[in-house]
Amino acid sequence: MSSHTSDSPRATTRTVLDEGDISRALTRITHEILERNRGSAGVLLLGIPTRGVHLARRLAARMSEVEGTTITAGSLDVTMYRDDLRLRPARALEHTDIPVDIDDRVVVLVDDVLFSGRTIRAALDALGDIGRPRAVQLAVLVDRGHRALPIRADFVGKNLPTSLVENVKVSVAEVDGADDVRIVGEGDA
Amino acid sequence: MSAHVLRDALVLGERRADILIEDGTITALADSLDAGDAREVDATGLIALPGLVDLHTHLREPGREDAETVLTGTQAAARGGFTCVHAMANTDPVADTAGVVEQVWRLGREHGYCDVQPVGAVTVGLDGTQLAELGAMAESVAKVRMFSDDGKCVSDAVLMRRALEYVKAFGGVIAQHAQEPRLTRGAQMNEGELSGILGLTGWPAVAEEAIVARDVLLSAHVGSRLHVCHVSTRGSVEILRWAKSKGWDVTAEVTPHHLLLTDELVRSYDPIFKVNPPLRSSDDVAAVREGLADGTIDCVATDHAPHPMEDKECEWSAAAFGMLGLETALSVVQLAMVDSAMLSWSDVARVMSTVPAAIGRVEAHGRPLAVGEPANVVLYDSGASRQWRSDDTASLSRNTPYAGRELPGRVVATFLRGRPTVLDGELAEVPV
Amino acid sequence: MIRHLLSSADLSKDDAVLILDTAEELLSVASRPIKKLPTLRGRTVVNLFFEDSTRTRISFEAAAKRLSADVINFSSKGSSVSKGESLKDTALTLQAMGADAVVIRHGSSGAPHRLAHASWINGAIINAGDGSHEHPTQALLDAFTMRRHLGDLDGRRVTIVGDVLHSRVARSNALLLSILGADVTLVAPPTLLPVGVDSWPVQTSYELDGALDKADVVMMLRVQGERMNDAFFPSAREYSRRYGLDTRRMRRLPEHAIVMHPGPMNRGMEITADVADSARSVIVEQVTNGVAVRMAVLYLLLSGSTDAESTEAREEA
Repeated sequence: MSSHTSDSPRATTRTVLDEGDISRALTRITHEILERNRGSAGVLLLGIPTRGVHLARRLAARMSEVEGTTITAGSLDVTMYRDDLRLRPARALEHTDIPVDIDDRVVVLVDDVLFSGRTIRAALDALGDIGRPRAVQLAVLVDRGHRALPIRADFVGKNLPTSLVENVKVSVAEVDGADDVRIVGEGDA
Repeated sequence: MSAHVLRDALVLGERRADILIEDGTITALADSLDAGDAREVDATGLIALPGLVDLHTHLREPGREDAETVLTGTQAAARGGFTCVHAMANTDPVADTAGVVEQVWRLGREHGYCDVQPVGAVTVGLDGTQLAELGAMAESVAKVRMFSDDGKCVSDAVLMRRALEYVKAFGGVIAQHAQEPRLTRGAQMNEGELSGILGLTGWPAVAEEAIVARDVLLSAHVGSRLHVCHVSTRGSVEILRWAKSKGWDVTAEVTPHHLLLTDELVRSYDPIFKVNPPLRSSDDVAAVREGLADGTIDCVATDHAPHPMEDKECEWSAAAFGMLGLETALSVVQLAMVDSAMLSWSDVARVMSTVPAAIGRVEAHGRPLAVGEPANVVLYDSGASRQWRSDDTASLSRNTPYAGRELPGRVVATFLRGRPTVLDGELAEVPV
Repeated sequence: MIRHLLSSADLSKDDAVLILDTAEELLSVASRPIKKLPTLRGRTVVNLFFEDSTRTRISFEAAAKRLSADVINFSSKGSSVSKGESLKDTALTLQAMGADAVVIRHGSSGAPHRLAHASWINGAIINAGDGSHEHPTQALLDAFTMRRHLGDLDGRRVTIVGDVLHSRVARSNALLLSILGADVTLVAPPTLLPVGVDSWPVQTSYELDGALDKADVVMMLRVQGERMNDAFFPSAREYSRRYGLDTRRMRRLPEHAIVMHPGPMNRGMEITADVADSARSVIVEQVTNGVAVRMAVLYLLLSGSTDAESTEAREEA
């Protein structure tokens, strides 16, 4: 969820996934989720704001198509559970929307980039305060490595080895006007 | 006794001369004096003024020796260029008997830094119900001529009338603290836009003006002397201007802080700016400056009001009213009046020495700088400038509103009857 | 975001909206099985109440506890405060205890301002009502309640009725609501409007009836009967006849308008019982919303660092 928007002149930017790649990745993840859980019954998709929410909605739309039912994705803001609150200015909360009771369901968390794992750690804590899911799974569009916690994704759109000085920028049409994933290089640090 | 020659002083800021002081008297005043073995004081570029006279000082002794004593208060006075201060009566016990005023008078003499002229209370215990023994205080060694319940208003019209009448017998004057008590119950700051925003109970200008108006009429009616303490509003200035145009025997004072500071400072809620009467609007400040410049207001008086830190380091409404003023008075008058070309230095001598001495009927003070006159002199460096510090004071208290402010000028030397009480800006040893 | 919350006037429109939006998200915490967030774990919030106000204190206490802060209540009754300990010494004590935030209620206008600016204490200062100055969190919860019923407050008409002169709630509301774009009308007898009110960003009126027809919100202020002893008005009866909200007056309000009161109410004085208990009255809801709004204020003042965003934090995805 890096929020770099302007590229400095020295920045080296390279597109690693385009609109078609993202679409195919999401379709594949949809099928993997359905396969793993033997259908959509008892599955709840929860996106982590901002872009994770839109990705979750797209997964829900694809699932609805495959299953022939209406599946709605929710959102889970993890701000209040973060471990870096004292390191940065207070920030606005994003919307949390849990459409159904999570008890005894399989919650699939959806985020755009998996990096240190701290966001997912916060999300697991947040879930624990809301209820007791039967299982929690994680779907991400990009796994860029460099984990700082024992967390791994169940469904990955693309594994993307990166350097720590690089930034991964995911754009989704709903927020950014277009779909792509770019690596922004050292010059933009 | 000692002799001093003040070399190259600017007398009243106008004329360059040497001033020879011998045995408490100015014995010569001319260019390039042959001063014999008199001690030389380099006064080059320094303004020589007659020793300043304050009509309104709170020395706190007896009763609040934790805030100020006659010794520390007169030391502060000397550092401010004063040679005579009028000690207000609101001590504990109140200065409402000959015994208390004589004690205060004597303490001033014994310490030797500045003459202390006690002000007697108008009513017993400042209670506003029964006249104090004004005649006994007038006949005491302190020769009290000014009477005031300062801190409280003589609000009862009949009592005020009687007091004005009674003091005619010995040339006394009633100095009124003009504050209508019912209109100022619980009042905390000037009533205006800001008091409404800050949620502090307003102190309307009319509470002062109503009393000033009543008292000038009373004074005219009984043909006695009225002095109005710490005038702070435009309305008061206008009433006084009218009274003076009628030829009535009314005088008035303004404090240095009311010449400079406005109620905007209260936005900080810092009680260092809490004072009675309250700091007023910039329009009122302009009016009291004009009044002082055109003679409607006769003099400057400090209302030096020491308070211990604990009475100021607290929430606004719990804090005491009052601010220090003796050591900063001349600098503030320079900043507000001289640097703005509203007064000359000879005007300053008039409003800070000659006129207050005349109002208080102290004969040895407020005299011209001339041969044969008592050697009460202050040397002042108007070109100096310094950032004021609250601990740079002889007062026991620290409640100056000017801490951190750049103020012009510096008192270099003060002579009381020929003896230096301040030299090189430092308190001198005064032999007891 | 500001460091202390002393006055509604300290808030920019963006700050105010951020607080209200945050409160909106936090409101749902009250309906969860675990009504607690770990956000302020390890931080200490002191409720320093020099004046009795059980409702406000409990509201702040609940807010702080729902954010997992440690709460210390320091009330005037039976403590060193009532034994004449100065504000300064109390502040130094709290500083030594490591208070991250001090929620202060004080009878003297400006006391929170003194705590925030006298360098006795480092923590964030939150004004929970000072003298007749301000009560900004009350104004925030009022605005929050209005927004839930009316949507965006821009252009909405709010009529505030009663003892504006002595009311910290009126001051804070007038300032905050105009920051949020609402049109505020203060209605009171001339004796109970502050000098200089014409410079406030509000309209004023001496007449209640004319200020009802187009009002989206009517807020009734508590009027103390003792005020009549000071000649602010002739009698309680005359006051309630001229400025009280009864059923007849309530009928003049538009269909969607709501009735508010910061409490505690003087039923029969400024508001009749049937109005207070009517469907238009959102008075009970104001209490619920108070906790969410105070959570938002505590979160926004306490969680962030005042330093620029650290590189580490920025890279964390």
